[in-house]
Amino acid sequence: MNAALPKIEAQALFRYVLRLGDLSLVLGQRLGEWVGHSPALEEDLGVANLALDLIGQARLLLTYAGEVEGRGRDEDKLAYLREQGAYYNAILAEQPNGDFGQTIVRQVLIDAFQLELYERMTDSLDERLAAIAAKSVKEVRYHLRYSSGWLVRLGDGTDESHARVQSALELLWPYTVELFAEDDLDRMMADSGIAPRLSEVHAAWVQRINAILAEATLKVPTDRPHAWHGKRGQHSEHLGYILAEMQYLQRAYPDARW
Amino acid sequence: MEDKREWPLYEVFIRARGGLDHKHVGSLHAADARMAIDHARDLYTRRQEGVSIWVVPSTAIIASDPSETDSLFEPARDKIYRHPTFYEIPDEVKTL
Repeated sequence: MNAALPKIEAQALFRYVLRLGDLSLVLGQRLGEWVGHSPALEEDLGVANLALDLIGQARLLLTYAGEVEGRGRDEDKLAYLREQGAYYNAILAEQPNGDFGQTIVRQVLIDAFQLELYERMTDSLDERLAAIAAKSVKEVRYHLRYSSGWLVRLGDGTDESHARVQSALELLWPYTVELFAEDDLDRMMADSGIAPRLSEVHAAWVQRINAILAEATLKVPTDRPHAWHGKRGQHSEHLGYILAEMQYLQRAYPDARW
Repeated sequence: MEDKREWPLYEVFIRARGGLDHKHVGSLHAADARMAIDHARDLYTRRQEGVSIWVVPSTAIIASDPSETDSLFEPARDKIYRHPTFYEIPDEVKTL
C-alpha cells in the first residue's frame, strides 16, 4: 500500500488526517442540532442529509487516522474519547448555528473549502486519502449546491434576510483565515504530495466564494488578522459543549453498543 | 388568497433507472424550482430510488373532475378486446 509515498512520520500524518476528519465530524454534529428545529420539514431532511454525509466522511478519516497511529484506536475511540485539546478542526466548524442564515453562511464557507481541497486531493500520493477524497467530493459538491442556493435566496431576498446573512458573514469571515493559514504540518503534507498547497486551495476558494457572494448581492468582508489555532488543538469555548453532548453516552457507559 | 408564508407545492416525479418513465412519487413545499429539486433529491432519493427528477408546480397540473368519473371511464369497461392479452411476451423483455 502507498508504495510511492515518501517516508513521513506516522504521528504527523495522524494529526493531519484528524484535521480533515474533525472538521467534518464537528460540523456534522453541529448541523445535527437542527433536526426537529428546521424552518420546514423539507429543510430538516436537507440539513440532516448534509450532517450524515459529513459524519460518513469523518468515519472514514478517523478510521484511517487510527490505523496510521497504530495504537489500536478505532473511529469510535477517536470520536468519543478524545479531549478537546486533541481535536484539530478549524474552529469555524464549531461556531454556533445561530439562525438558519448563519448556519448557511458557515456551511457555504466550509463547503467551498472542502470542495476545493478534496478536488485536489483525489490525486494525493496517499492512496487512502485519494480514495476518501474521491468519494467525498461528490457529496461536498451537492452540499455547496444546497448551501449556496440558500445563501443566494437569503442574500437576494428581503431586506431582513439580506441584513441577517450579511452580518453572519461579517461574524464568521475572520474564522476562514485559519482554514488557509499554512503551518509546518500543512507544508509537510504538501511537500510530500499528500495534500494540495493551501495557497492554491485558497485562491480557488476566493474565486468561488466571490462569485457566490456576488450572486447573493452580499459584500465580501475584509480579511482581519486572526489568532485562531483549532488546527493545533486550541479551541473556542464552544467545542467543549459540543463534545460534552456528543461524548456523553460513551463516557457514562463505556463501550456501550446498540 | 395565496398565503405568502407557505411555500408553493410541487409534484415530484422520479425516474428509477434509464429506460423507465418518470413516476409520480409525492409532493413537497419549496420556495423556488431549484429548491424543489434539492428537496426532491433529499426527500425522495435517499435510498437510491432514482437517476432523474422532475418537479412540476402543483398548480400546473390539470386534473380530471371526480364527478365525471362515470362518463370518462365507464365506457372502457366492456371493451375487453382492447387489452392485447393474446400476445406471447418473450422472456427477454423485462420492462414492458
